[in-house]
Amino acid sequence: MTDEIRIVSVNGMLGYGYELESLKAGIDSKPHLMGCDAGSTDPGPYYLGSGKSLVRTDQIYRDLKPALVGAVRNQIPFVIGSAGFAGAKPNVELTLDVVRRICREEGLHFRLGVIRSDVDKATVLRALEMDEIEPMPGAPSLTRELITESTHIVGQIGTEPYIAAFEKGAQVVIAGRSCDTAIYAAMPIWRGFDSGLALHMSKIMECGAQCAIPLAPNDCLLGTIRKDHFLVRPLAANRICTPESVAAHTMYEQGNPFLLYEPEGIVDIRGADFTQADRQSVRVSGSSFAPTPRLKIKLEGARRIGSRAFTIAGARDRHVIDNLDVIERAVGDAVQRNLNPEVIRAGYELHFRYYGKNGVLGELEPSMVSPAEVGILIEAIAPTEELASYVLSLARSSYLHCPFPGRKATAGNLAFPFSPSDFCGGDVYDFSVYHLMNVKDQNSLFPVELETI
Amino acid sequence: MARLGDLASVIRSKNAGPFQVTIDIMFADASEYRRTLESPRFTSAEIARRYGIAEEDVALIPFERVRAIKITIPRRWGSRGSGSAGDRDVYGAQQHGPLVDLEID
Repeated sequence: MTDEIRIVSVNGMLGYGYELESLKAGIDSKPHLMGCDAGSTDPGPYYLGSGKSLVRTDQIYRDLKPALVGAVRNQIPFVIGSAGFAGAKPNVELTLDVVRRICREEGLHFRLGVIRSDVDKATVLRALEMDEIEPMPGAPSLTRELITESTHIVGQIGTEPYIAAFEKGAQVVIAGRSCDTAIYAAMPIWRGFDSGLALHMSKIMECGAQCAIPLAPNDCLLGTIRKDHFLVRPLAANRICTPESVAAHTMYEQGNPFLLYEPEGIVDIRGADFTQADRQSVRVSGSSFAPTPRLKIKLEGARRIGSRAFTIAGARDRHVIDNLDVIERAVGDAVQRNLNPEVIRAGYELHFRYYGKNGVLGELEPSMVSPAEVGILIEAIAPTEELASYVLSLARSSYLHCPFPGRKATAGNLAFPFSPSDFCGGDVYDFSVYHLMNVKDQNSLFPVELETI
Repeated sequence: MARLGDLASVIRSKNAGPFQVTIDIMFADASEYRRTLESPRFTSAEIARRYGIAEEDVALIPFERVRAIKITIPRRWGSRGSGSAGDRDVYGAQQHGPLVDLEID
């Protein structure tokens, strides 16, 4: 067994950019692996539902080219996890298109491993029937309809399928939706390093240099794992890690700051020790690991619930601002009265948000200050774009001319910045599935396909 | 009396998955960290009241090593998770708002 494994995290999100100098410093450290995370559920269910990427293809190309070329030319294994943002088949395909384009342009040749994360609906339905599925904390329960209505369901790939890809000789691995930790932890676990340390290090590395000062999800980080500790160091000369910046980052986006729940088991960082190793590096030891008694894979699914149309306008009249609730109720009633029965049967939703008053927090807003002006967002969701636009059009005109007690500006309640005033917001999705499924064998759920480029 | 937003060096919120929001409150000074934790106004019951949720749904976890307090709560907006119909904050990045003006003894 080698004494240490060095890993370069290119950045925290493929497409967000990084410093080329940092990448060069990373390659010069002769790492055993380079990788990047390319996905997240943070921007909502649209990207999984539609199979599109939040990050534009040109951004992926720009970030991937120097990293892929550097890795392949220096014979460093390279992995991308959660490819194309959501990791479903179309997301992975758009990433593979960029990889192939770079390979053609640069004349690169290697063994490519592709790990799919799409989970067949029949598999999920069977798990539901067998009571082998449970909601994640805060998630509502699952039904057969929610599964069948999902456009894509993916599972979060753990370390084992990555290890299978390495064992089969893959030099570059493009994987669908992945546990952020699997991207960086698979290699050291495969090479015999401690799972708890490997997963903890990977949790820090998955955000690039976000754990550094100044923090930067868009820069490179070097992780070095040894027998009983690991080190993290930002690869830009102007950044440093401190014990506090690294410890604090462990709690980022985590419901519990002390326990990391991974398919392999639970990493407990309560006993972890963070010390300054040199000007830039922090040494971490003592994170412990309890292997899971039963393998569970996190599933994510999205289904289309309709189309969105919206308009934005301002109100500057105190009488309007004081009567927003009254106007909103009257508009809701007017829309209902004026719609054809078949549209009402098809179902629609109207939502109003008042920026400057409580647009972000709704009824949770503690401030009672009366604003001088309010930004009004009116949103309609209906089964088709045509119907959503129709409902919105009725709501917009009703709002503009809605009477209310004490109204003085009788010519109109709203100031529209644009003509046309109404916009289509595309398809609306929700998270139909966010559940843990009992799985016997991860490698058969997430098979590795090999091809020679 | 001081406001939590003035005592803390970092006060932020973010999704912890599509169905939970997690709030991190960090302090530059150990005395301010302790003052907040010991304040009778800083309780799970008060946090639950400000977010309109049940007290047992509030996870309040002090992290002494980095002088931080983590609060994890169910997401309040969206018909089924972040970015679904009726959401107000897809990333959950502005949901610490109800705590910023909390008065600490």
